[in-house]
Order: sequence, then structure tokens, then C-alpha cells
Amino acid sequence: MPQIGSFTLLLGLALSVYAFAAGLFAIVRNDDRLSETARRAGIAVFLAVTAASAVLVYAAFTNDFSLAYIRQHSNRALPGAYKFAALWSGQEGSLLFWCWLLAAYGLVLRMRHKVDTRLVAHAAVVMSAVQIFFLVLVDFAAPPFVIAAGAIPADGNGLNPLLQYPEMVIHPPMLYLGYVGMTVPFCFALAALIMKYPGEKWIHITRRWTMVGWLFLTCGIFLGSFWAYKVLGWGGWWGWDPVENASLLPFLTGTAFLHSVMMQEKRGMMKVWNMWLIFSTFLLAIFGTFLTRSGVVSSVHAFAESNIGPYFVTFMALTFAVCMFFFVRNRSHLESEHKLESLVSRESSFLFNNVLLLVATFAVLWGTLFPVLSEWVTGHKVTVGPPFFNKVNIPIALCLLLLTAVGPLLAWRKTSAESIRKNFLVPALIALATGVALVAYGIRPWVEIAYFYSLMTVMLSVLVAATIGSEFIRGGLVIARHNNSNVFHGMWLLTRRNTRRYGGYIVHLGVIVTMIGFAGVAFYQNTEQELGFGDKMSIGPYTLVCRSYTQDDKPNYSSEWAILDIYKNGKQITTMYPEQRFYKASQQPATIVANRSTIMEDLYLVYTGKNPDNGRPIIKAHLNPLVWWIWAGAHFILIGTIVALMPNMQAKSKKVSPRDQARALVDSTAESRAPVEAGTDR
Amino acid sequence: MSIARNVVCRNRVKRWAAGLLLASALLLMGAAGDPTGQRFDRLGHNLMCTCGCGQVLLECNHVGCTTSEQMRQEMKLAMARGDSDDVILAGFVGKYGPTVLSAPTTTGFNRVAWIMPVVIFIAALVAVILVVRAWKNRTPRNPLNPGSSAPEELDEFRRRAREETAL
Repeated sequence: MPQIGSFTLLLGLALSVYAFAAGLFAIVRNDDRLSETARRAGIAVFLAVTAASAVLVYAAFTNDFSLAYIRQHSNRALPGAYKFAALWSGQEGSLLFWCWLLAAYGLVLRMRHKVDTRLVAHAAVVMSAVQIFFLVLVDFAAPPFVIAAGAIPADGNGLNPLLQYPEMVIHPPMLYLGYVGMTVPFCFALAALIMKYPGEKWIHITRRWTMVGWLFLTCGIFLGSFWAYKVLGWGGWWGWDPVENASLLPFLTGTAFLHSVMMQEKRGMMKVWNMWLIFSTFLLAIFGTFLTRSGVVSSVHAFAESNIGPYFVTFMALTFAVCMFFFVRNRSHLESEHKLESLVSRESSFLFNNVLLLVATFAVLWGTLFPVLSEWVTGHKVTVGPPFFNKVNIPIALCLLLLTAVGPLLAWRKTSAESIRKNFLVPALIALATGVALVAYGIRPWVEIAYFYSLMTVMLSVLVAATIGSEFIRGGLVIARHNNSNVFHGMWLLTRRNTRRYGGYIVHLGVIVTMIGFAGVAFYQNTEQELGFGDKMSIGPYTLVCRSYTQDDKPNYSSEWAILDIYKNGKQITTMYPEQRFYKASQQPATIVANRSTIMEDLYLVYTGKNPDNGRPIIKAHLNPLVWWIWAGAHFILIGTIVALMPNMQAKSKKVSPRDQARALVDSTAESRAPVEAGTDR
Repeated sequence: MSIARNVVCRNRVKRWAAGLLLASALLLMGAAGDPTGQRFDRLGHNLMCTCGCGQVLLECNHVGCTTSEQMRQEMKLAMARGDSDDVILAGFVGKYGPTVLSAPTTTGFNRVAWIMPVVIFIAALVAVILVVRAWKNRTPRNPLNPGSSAPEELDEFRRRAREETAL
């Protein structure tokens, strides 16, 4: 079987080279038949890489420990789902998985070639080039089908215990779908630049693909965060680790693109900027992969140090050079069609939004790489941990939150002072009243900067909610009046008629719900105590009473639980079971957190082990307010993105008189692509 | 009459200002107390566990880590001795090296870490202002969508529209 795996990978490489070369020649010679063979070769790459991936999964399920990769990342007692997850739990397997996802995206792209045959042909050539790079990696630099030296052992080393959680079966594929998904918009953008694509169709295609990649990346980031919270047992969900930061970089530039692309679609502006945002997003996705796999930065999540770093550096340099070459050659194609008319306009809000997102990107990248730079300059490393990232990024996030409130209500081209007053007075008063209420409730922003940030976050979130709510209600009322229905039905129709705009608002709602969850961090508390039978410990309004401890033994691990009765205000509300496991194959311990999550707070219990002096068990309890909101916000963001990806429902067409048609035409020409009816994009 | 009103206004402002000052002073006094727990928490978040887990000292929780427990005890001892925050942190740097601090200091080359994001932010803002100015002064290449109707066709539409919408 390993030979089949290696052969199919080599076949995939040969097919990719053919798809690239034939596709290139077909474009140069304008040869449709050759172009079709290149397209089919691209589709065949998917089959070849799928076969290779299937071989590796088969080897995991059949416990083929002759393969070094399977020996290192699996064992006989490993449950089936985790044997499947072994595909992406090591360097070689995860690169193969990356290749497979890229081939799958390539398949979709090539199957949908009729969208625009010529544009897709160009994009497919770019994609083949990227595919060649990753296939070279798995064929020569990090091959997953290497036969291990020596006798075949009876059992493997097992999967890292931290990866043996259900979330970990979903998190990496989602993240990879996001990373790899950013390749598709890159291919379309570069293709459009190379061929000087006339019109704006390419930007619509690119935007939709970016949203798909962004959706998966967001999902992956939140799942990773959820996993860290549920599994790592430190009571937090984001540690500013280099690997976490690597996922944030393309997310931030992708978010910037999804905003600024509207300027190009509506006003024909920021074409150069958008092109480079897409290039940067792709390059940052590759850079993040390079960071986690090359050993440049140390991280608890990183793969073992390897020799693939130079491959990535070469690929990134080559990609940048190609992008720059075509940009310099064809930049006249990217000239802006309109000028900015006012600083108080939707356009300028997008500009500032982009500036803030890119400054945040820089801050994250800078903080991640500073230890390397410091070592290079001064000869010794420093740590750049959470205090740095929080200090730099929280003010930026607050500014972004303010723009989230202000931006959507500004008109394209120019907004009058009267309009600003009309739109913002009530939301601003509501936000202010919230702030006053919170101070009255007991939040003291002058005591600590963290409290101040929390208060500002909640106030600005309320401001955003109020402005978005007013948008929904206003639009819903108009439609309700028109259709003789209620306001909720009106809002439903409003959303369905302009999915992109109102889907975007739902995403913004998700962001503020998440931000409210973040605001709770300032009030986290924890305590640790040795807890014998019948002993008590308290945290916040909760009292924990140790009822007992128990043990269990399973083929894959042995475990020990604490059984704790939880009382709130003197009344028993539940029993919780924090657990500690010991994985036999890898000989590593792990904690299983017991978490009781409510809308107000999480009671998060960790069985941290036994005191080596007296053998008494130690329980660590965290009381984390508002964590539930983070995950709820993530759901809103995902729903909003899916809504935004859906096609608009057409409003029932009424017979329009020639007079109305003419009016609409005059309006639309006067506003140059600005919306002409309530339900269109803004 | 207006002078009297001004005086009244000024007195009212003074009263408000005095009230605000008093309230601020009281609040600051209330906030001045820094309980040991808070100080321990703050200091512990300025340090990293040195066992190689890459976690902030007070968040290192991996099973069997003796390093973090020992470091916490050292911190408690130093606090009990009455050492200031700076002395405690310097003591840790002396013992474990500069990587024990969870963020760069504001001295020497480390200053660059803090300055650069601010510099980039300011540079980006200046760039945006320049771009906005350039855009405002730019003559549009084509006021209409290049893919839309020809100007003469639009003139005809406009004529028809004016005709049909004239009151």
C-alpha cells in the first residue's frame, strides 16, 4: 500500500505539471482543445491525491506500523474518529491533507469553468502552480509514506492526547479549508490581473470565494479557541500563541478585503488596494503555515522542526515576484473610476476600517516575529506574550467597533450632518445609558484599565446593536407597510431580498456578541485548593463539595475523576466531574475539564493532579463571566456569512411604468451604481 | 442682566468642577488599595512559566509542572519580603533570563517592539489622508460604468426621463 500512496502522489505531481504547462500554452496559443486537456488533468489531480489520502487513512485504520507516520501518530486502541484525524495530526499527513483540499478546490473551480471559461482557464493555471509546490513538498520534502527503519513494533506511539477530542476532529479541517480556500480568490485575482480582465465580474467571483474561505477560517479559529478552552484547562480561550496568531493574519486581511471590495463593486475604487489585499491574504496564509512548520518561532501547537522552511521561503518569494511583475506590467488596468467626494462617507469609513485591520495585522505579525528579530539584533530572545498583544490590539478593536457602528449608516459619496444626527442620536443615547447603568451596577473603569476596556466594549457593542437594529426595523417597517404584514415578516423579506447587506449586519451582530464575551475577561477569577472527601471550596456564589474520587481503565487510557457537588447560594444545582487521564501509548497525562456554562458565567473545574507530598487531589476552579457569548457570537457570524452567500430573493415584480423606469435610470446614472431601491446593496 | 447671568453660570460651573474633583479624589482613594491577591495576579501575568510550555506563569496548568509552582512560591516570598514589583521582576530576570518576562520591557532595543505599531498606525493614517486628498483632487477617468450605455444613449434616456417626469 505505501507504494501505491507514493505512486499516486508522484502521478498527482506529473498531472499538475501537465495542467500548468498545457494550460499556459493553451492560453498563449488560444488553443481550446489543449485548454480542455489541462482542465481534465487538473480534475485528475484530485483523483490522484484522493487516492493517496485514502491510502494513508487505510494504513491508520489497519494499524500499518511499517509506515513511520502511522507509527508516530496512531496506535491500536485509538478510536476510529481519531485514527481518521491522524491524517492531519503530523507534518507529513497535514501537508497531504492540504494538498487534497487544494485539489478539491481545484476540482470545484474547474467543474464550474462555464462561469467564465477564459478567466477560469487562467485561474486554473495559477492554481496548478500552487498545487505543484505542495505536491513537491509531499513527494520530496515531507513524504508521508516513508517506511520506518527496524522491526515493525506491536503498537504505535499514539496520537497526542491533546488532539484526542471531538473538537480536534473538526477544527483542523475547518482551519485548513479556510487557509487553502484563500488560494481560490488569489488565483482569480492574479488571473484577472494577468489577462487585464474587462469589467467587474472577476471581483464578484473573487469576493464570493473569499467569503467561503473566510467562513471556514472563522469557523476554524473559533473551533480552535473552543478546543483550547475545553481541553487545555487553563481557563482561557486565546493565548496569542504564534500558531493562533498565524491563523489571525489572513483572517484580518480577508476581513479588510471583504469590506473594501464593496468600494470596487459600487464605485470602481481601490482596485490596486483590493488586488494586494487578496495577494497578501494568500501570502499570509502560506506564511502562517511556514511559521508553524519551520521551527522559526516556538509554539506549543507547532509541528516538529523540519527542513521545509526554505521551500516555503522560496515559494513565497516567487509568488511575490510574480504578483509584483504582473502588477507593474498591468497596473494601468487598475485605475480608479471615481474620486472621493467627502471624508464623511461610506468610502472613507471603509478606508479607515482597512487601515485599522491592517495595523492590527501588522501588530500581530510584529509581535509574533519580534523574538526572532530581537535575537538577531541583540543576541538574546525576548518573550512577546499576551500583555503585549492585548495592550496593542484592544484599542484597535475598540476603534473598529466604533466604525462598525458608524460605517453602515453613512451614505455613499457624502453624508450630511443632519443625517448623522438623525441616525446616531438615539443609538448614542442608548449606549450612553448602558454605560451609566453599568457604572451604577458596580463596574469601576477608573480602577483598572481592563475594566475601562470592558465598559467601552459593552457600550460600543450596544451602539452597534442599536444602529443595526434601527436599520432592520426601518427597512422591515417599510416592507411591512407595503405588504400589509408585520415588522418581523418585513425584516425577514428585507434580509432575503438583500442577503449580502443584511447577512453582513448579522455578522456584525455576531461580532458584537463575541466582543461582549471578550469584555468578561476583566472579571475572570480562579482559585486552587486541595480537596479531600467532604472538603469545601468557594468561588463567587458557588460552593464546591467533594463527594468522592473514582477511577476507570479503558484500552486507550486510564482515568481518575473527582465527583463534586455544586451549590449556589446554599442550594445544590448540579454535580460535576473534572477528570484526569493517562494515555497509555504516548505515556502522557491530560486533563478533561468539567464546565458548567450559562449565559452569565462559566464554572470551569480542572482536576490538576495530586499534591506530591501528601497525595491529596488538587482542584482548580475558574469563574469566567460571559464566555457563553463568545460561542453564541460565533454562531451569529457563521449564520450571517451563510446568509450573505445566498442569492437574493427577487421581489415580486409589479408592473413598472415607463415613468418609474426613467426615474430609476436617472437616479442610477446620477449616483453611478449607487442603489436605486431600498432593497439593494449599500 | 447678562453679567449677573454670567456670574451665576460661572459659579455653577465651579460647583460642578469642585464636585467632580471631589468625586474623582474619593474614587481614586477607593481604588488606591491594591490587595495582595490582585498584585500577585498582576505580577504573575507579567511572567512566563519556564518549563517550556509557553504559558503565562499563572496560567501554566499542565499536569505535573513543578516549575510553575516553584516560581509562584518565589513570587509569594518576594512579596512577603516587601520587594517592589520592579525588584521582583528584576530578580526573576536575573535568575531565569529575559524570556521570563511575558512582554518586552520599555528599555533598549525592546522599545522598538512597542513603538513600531504606533509608528505604523500614524504612518497609515497619514497615508490615508494623502490618499483621500489625492482622490478628492482627481478627475474621474470615466464618470460612468465603462460597461454601461454609451453617453449619447444616456442623453436620450435623460431627455425622455425629464420629459416624462416634468410636472
